[in-house]
Amino acid sequence: MFLFLLFPIVNVILITSTSSLVSAIFDPQVQFSIFLSFYTAGIATLIAFLLGTPLAYVLARRNFPFKETIDSLIDIPILIPHTVAGIALLTLFGEAGILGQMFNSMNIRFIDTIFGIIIAQLFVSSPFYIKTVRESFEKIDPRYHNVARTLGATPSKAFIKVEFPLAAHSMVSGAILCWARAISEFGAVIILAYYPPIASILIYQRFVSYGLSSALPVTTLLIFVTVIIFVIIRLVQTKFQEEYK
Amino acid sequence: MIQVDKVTRDVGSFKLDNISFESPDGEYLVVLGPSGAGKTMLLESIAGLISIDSGKIFINGKDVTKLPPERRNVGFVYQDYMLFPNMTVEENIAFGLAMRDTPKSERDKRVQEMMEFLGIDYLKGRRPRTLSGGEKQRVALARALIINPEVLLLDEPLSSLDAQVRKKLREDLKKIHEKHPVNVIHVTHDQIEAFVLADRIGVLSQGRLLELGTPEEIFKKPKTEFTTKFVGFDNVFKGRAKRENGITLVQVGDLVFQVISKKEGTITFAFRPEDVIVSREKLKSSARNQFTGKITEIIDEGPLVRLKINVSDIIISAIITKKSFVDMNLRHGDIVTFIVKTTSIHVL
Repeated sequence: MFLFLLFPIVNVILITSTSSLVSAIFDPQVQFSIFLSFYTAGIATLIAFLLGTPLAYVLARRNFPFKETIDSLIDIPILIPHTVAGIALLTLFGEAGILGQMFNSMNIRFIDTIFGIIIAQLFVSSPFYIKTVRESFEKIDPRYHNVARTLGATPSKAFIKVEFPLAAHSMVSGAILCWARAISEFGAVIILAYYPPIASILIYQRFVSYGLSSALPVTTLLIFVTVIIFVIIRLVQTKFQEEYK
Repeated sequence: MIQVDKVTRDVGSFKLDNISFESPDGEYLVVLGPSGAGKTMLLESIAGLISIDSGKIFINGKDVTKLPPERRNVGFVYQDYMLFPNMTVEENIAFGLAMRDTPKSERDKRVQEMMEFLGIDYLKGRRPRTLSGGEKQRVALARALIINPEVLLLDEPLSSLDAQVRKKLREDLKKIHEKHPVNVIHVTHDQIEAFVLADRIGVLSQGRLLELGTPEEIFKKPKTEFTTKFVGFDNVFKGRAKRENGITLVQVGDLVFQVISKKEGTITFAFRPEDVIVSREKLKSSARNQFTGKITEIIDEGPLVRLKINVSDIIISAIITKKSFVDMNLRHGDIVTFIVKTTSIHVL
C-alpha cells in the first residue's frame, strides 16, 4: 500500500528530463503560478486561522442547540465533489450572487481574480484547520481556564495566556494541513478563477493544450517545491514542540 | 467570612440542594463527602466558575453571587493542580499578579517571598511536568495564595499523592494555615484528612449538606445515618502512647496497640476496616496487634461484608470479602481473632 502511494510520485520525477525541468524553473509563467498557489493558499490559511480558531474554540467548549448539526455541516466541503463546491460558491460569489453583489459595491470581484482563488481554497481547506484545532482545544482541560479566571483573568485573557499557547502546536499542524489542501485545490478554483492560473491549473492547461511532456516538468517542480517547504515546516515545528514541552 | 445562603443548582441528573452555611474568619472548613456528592460543584459555585440557579454567596459581607470569578478574589487549587504547562514555576506563581498589572519589580519580590515561604524557591525556573506531586501542590498553593485571596478553595488537594507525601503535606497545610490564616474550604472524601485539618467539618451527600460540626462532633456523635455510615464505622481511636525499647505502644481502654510513631502522650490513630485481617483461629504471626473479640454486627455490602467486632467494649470495624465470609462460616456472636498490621495504622 505504501508503495502504491509513493510510486506514482517517484515515477513522475524519474521520467522528467533534467533539461526540461531546468527550463521550467526559469519559465516566468511557471514561477508566477507556483508563487500564486502558495500565496493565495497562505492568505486562505490566514483567514482560516483568524475565523476558524474562535469557531473551533466555541465548538470545543460550549454547548448550544444544533451544535452537532453545525459540527457535521463543517464536514460538507470535504465530502462533496470540489466542482460542486465551486459551483455552489459561484452561485453566491458570482456576479449575480448575493455576496458577489455585496462585494461588487466594494470593487471586489471573485470571477477570475485572486479573491476567487482564495475563496475557493478557503472553502475546501478550512474544515481541516477547524477540525484539527477543535480537537486540540477539547484535549485541554477546561480547569486550566477556570484556574486562570480565579487568578483574575477575564475569559479572553485566560484564552490568550493559557489555552492559545497550549493549542499553538496543533494550530500549526492544522495550518499546514489547511495550506497543503489549499495549494492542491483544483476543482473549486477552476470554476471560480481559471485565470490567473495557480500551479494546479497551469499544469492542467499545459496538459490539455500541449500534452503530457509539457505538463511534466511543471508537475515535478511543484512536487519538489512543495516537499521542500513541508520538510522545512515540519522541522521547525518539531523543534518548537520540543522546546515547548 | 463566607456565607452560603440557600444555594441551589440543578443540572438535571444532579442537584446542589439548598446549601447554607457560614464560615467565620480564618476557619479551616472541610467538606467531607463521597465522590459524586457535589463537592467540586460547591467549590466551583463559590468561585463563580459555574452559575447557580438560586441562593446567594457572600464573601466578607459582600454579595458576590453575580460577580465573575476574576472579581471574587478566591484562590482555587484543583486535585491535579492544573499548573499551566506552558509556563515555568515562577511564571505560574506570578500569573495572578500579572493579571492585576502589578509592576514587575514588586511581582518578582512577592513571588520570591512566596516561594521562600513554601520552601520551593529552588524550583523557580522549572517546568511543571518536571515536578513531583508534592512540589506541584506547593506551586499550586503558592499561585493561589499570592493574590491574597479572601477564601482559599481546595479541591481534594492531597488525593493524588502517595501515602507518605500525603501525610507530610497534610501537616504542612495545617502549618501554612496557621501562618496564613485565610478562610479555607477544603473538600475531600478522606476522613483522616478531615479529622486532622478541620476546625469544622461539613458532610455533603447527594448535593445536600447533612451536618456541620467540629471533628469530634462529626466523628463521635454523628447526627445522621449517612454520616454514621460514612465516618462512624471507621476505626479512629485516642489513647496514651508510651515508648518502650524503641517501639511505641498505645493504650486504648484495655487494648494495647503497637504503632509506628515517636510521639508520646495522648495520640489519635486510625486504620481502615479493610486493613483488619479476620480469622477463626489464633494466627501464628509476628504481628503485634492481634486481638480476639465477638462479632456483634454483620452488614452485607454486596461483594464485601462489614463486621463489627467487640473487644473489651471497643468496637472494631472490619471488611472482608464475601468469599472469605462464607468460607469461615461466620455468624453473629462468633468469637474471632483479628490482626491489624502495624504499618496499616495511621497516627494522626
